[in-house]
Amino acid sequence: MAEITAVVMPKWGLSMQEGLLAAWYVAEGERVEKGRELCDIETSKIANVLESPASGVVRRILVPAGSTVPVGALLAVLAAPEVEDPAIDAFVAEFRARSAETTVRAGEEPRPRFVEVEGGRIRLLELGTGEPPVLFLHGFGGDLENWMFNQPELACARRTFALDLPGHGGSSKVVSDGSIPGLARAVLAAMDALAIARAHLVGHSLGGAIALAIALDRPERVASLALLAPVGLGPEIAKEYIEGFLAATRARRLRPVLEMLVHDPKLVTAEMVENVLRAKRLDGARSALETIAAACFEGDRQRWQVRARLAELRCPTTIVWGEDDRILPVAHSRDLPGSIAVHRLPGAGHLVHMEKAAEVNALLEDFLGGPGRAATELGIGEATIDPSAAPRVDRDR
Amino acid sequence: MPKKTYRQAINEALRQEMERDPRVILMGEDVAGGMGSPGEDDAWGGPLGVTKGLMPRFGRERVLDTPITESAFIGAAVGAAVTGLRPVAELMFVDFFGVCFDQIFNQAAKFRYMFGGKARTPLVIRTMYGAGFRAASQHSQCLYSIFTHIPGLKVVLPSNAYEAKGLLIQAIRDDDPVIFFEHKAMYDEEAEVPDEPYTIPFGEANVTREGGDATIIAMGRMVNFANQVADELAKENIGVTVVDIRTTSPLDKETILETAAETGRVVVVDESHPRCSVATDIAALVAQEAFEHLEAPVKMVTAPHAPVPFSPALEDLYIPSPARIRRAVQEVLAFGR
Repeated sequence: MAEITAVVMPKWGLSMQEGLLAAWYVAEGERVEKGRELCDIETSKIANVLESPASGVVRRILVPAGSTVPVGALLAVLAAPEVEDPAIDAFVAEFRARSAETTVRAGEEPRPRFVEVEGGRIRLLELGTGEPPVLFLHGFGGDLENWMFNQPELACARRTFALDLPGHGGSSKVVSDGSIPGLARAVLAAMDALAIARAHLVGHSLGGAIALAIALDRPERVASLALLAPVGLGPEIAKEYIEGFLAATRARRLRPVLEMLVHDPKLVTAEMVENVLRAKRLDGARSALETIAAACFEGDRQRWQVRARLAELRCPTTIVWGEDDRILPVAHSRDLPGSIAVHRLPGAGHLVHMEKAAEVNALLEDFLGGPGRAATELGIGEATIDPSAAPRVDRDR
Repeated sequence: MPKKTYRQAINEALRQEMERDPRVILMGEDVAGGMGSPGEDDAWGGPLGVTKGLMPRFGRERVLDTPITESAFIGAAVGAAVTGLRPVAELMFVDFFGVCFDQIFNQAAKFRYMFGGKARTPLVIRTMYGAGFRAASQHSQCLYSIFTHIPGLKVVLPSNAYEAKGLLIQAIRDDDPVIFFEHKAMYDEEAEVPDEPYTIPFGEANVTREGGDATIIAMGRMVNFANQVADELAKENIGVTVVDIRTTSPLDKETILETAAETGRVVVVDESHPRCSVATDIAALVAQEAFEHLEAPVKMVTAPHAPVPFSPALEDLYIPSPARIRRAVQEVLAFGR
């Protein structure tokens, strides 16, 4: 019964309550394919493109460009051309009546919580149900909100946790030696505290290395491994990024550093820069990050490299890399064991899961198996992802 | 992130620093209140309730109600600082500094210099400033320019609750005397404020809006007015950069000159009087060091050279308004075109 599809204002990040519809790229009556860019959405913290949740004809555009509407509001309706107009109108009326009833629940949205581990506490956001869970591990200097475009989607079909690594976000600024094995022990301690015996690990950059370390040393805890531009597979890293990130205390100095993370610098909003600065100002954050950087990197070299051990991996493993990655060269994704499926995405930088969220989500859904339930049922973002409609990517083997 | 008022943010900064460092003490008139009256302890928490709850938490040994004698308790705070404590003294209204200025400018501000760097004076003086509170000429002044004039003092003007917490923690940890200006009309204004302690360094201005057509340089409460104007003009496709200088001493000349040079059209907004002020200081800085980039004369939006009126109608006209700021931006934009 997916004849009519709702396009709704997505929820990108914990604090997003409403979004500005900045521009439409399609008009009523136009035929669109799933994944087609429909419109630009802006909040005070983020700007991104909303991609079409399904293929069909744009039958109604209900929110004009320039309007600000709450999360979950109906933006447009897609349907096949043969669906009659009265059915579309009835769908819109019913959707609006339903959302009017549910707005009272706005205060019940999921919030991060904390688990105590040795040496401090770990902040995490749990969404969805279905075992084994997915555990998202962000990169150096990031936090759990880096998964704002991915976690709600994957949570439609399974339990998910995004956590702040030690020294990051709302977690304690206790990082022991700051090494990748040390951080992996902290993540395992958090898994113990959450009674997670085994998880699918999705790790980005430094978080990818931590996921790798866990999979190599504690394979029984890992159901599968999805690595997005991970640390650990080659010698180089852009030291201008690490050094610039640590040194910058002003937004105008930090912005060009953060722009190195993406293919399209427009994605780096003033609020995003401000949020990174605010995280760095928390007591202990700066020295925790310096400890991690010193333990993991030396100038433009990575200290922890496990390319030679990849053949030991026992779990299904996939790697996704943005072709325009300026932090870790995409060449690190070449010449890997044949058991690892590699996807290189054009037009994406290091933050591939934010910049190409729809593609990465489709790849992850495909990799993890089982189609997701419609996100709109949960009132969070776009609707179902069809694994068969995964974007065309450069598959190595 | 939790929203907190300016008042709550300041209270939280004081509480967290008192928990972290036993040398931090509070003193001032009625910072707790109700002493000697059973059942009335902590009756005040300062005249606007900013320090409420701290005396019950830390006791009267660390939250000291003082007599109404600024010369005595500011002097005592200076002495306590130079001998090892880290006092936060509350000078209720900055308008009262006249009776204790010797302790500040000729004692606290001079120790480090005159003792060859061997003495430290880790003192914070919190004080209320600003008009809009219907409190007449003797309780509504800004006066931060007078403190900015004195080498050896650091002068801080937080523009919202987030800034207030981070700048106050920085002030308490700083080894020099810091005058911390709280705008009395802002105590109920809310912003997202982390629960954890954090610091904002002194001498680093905050660029709160970015645009290519004009630059507004502002401080304290005026930053919010400037942001409002920038947001309005952005809808008309006019890009305005807003700089919150955060601290008038030390002054982030680098950011001021960089943002002034980018647009060449500069407006300085200062709630204080127009003569010998932070506004004239910044206007002179831009005129001297960014002259070759200027496309228009620097404009100042300030209060008039007159006491703050008691008449509410006149007081509202006295304070630089968003409308006046907007007109000034339009004037620098129109110049030479």
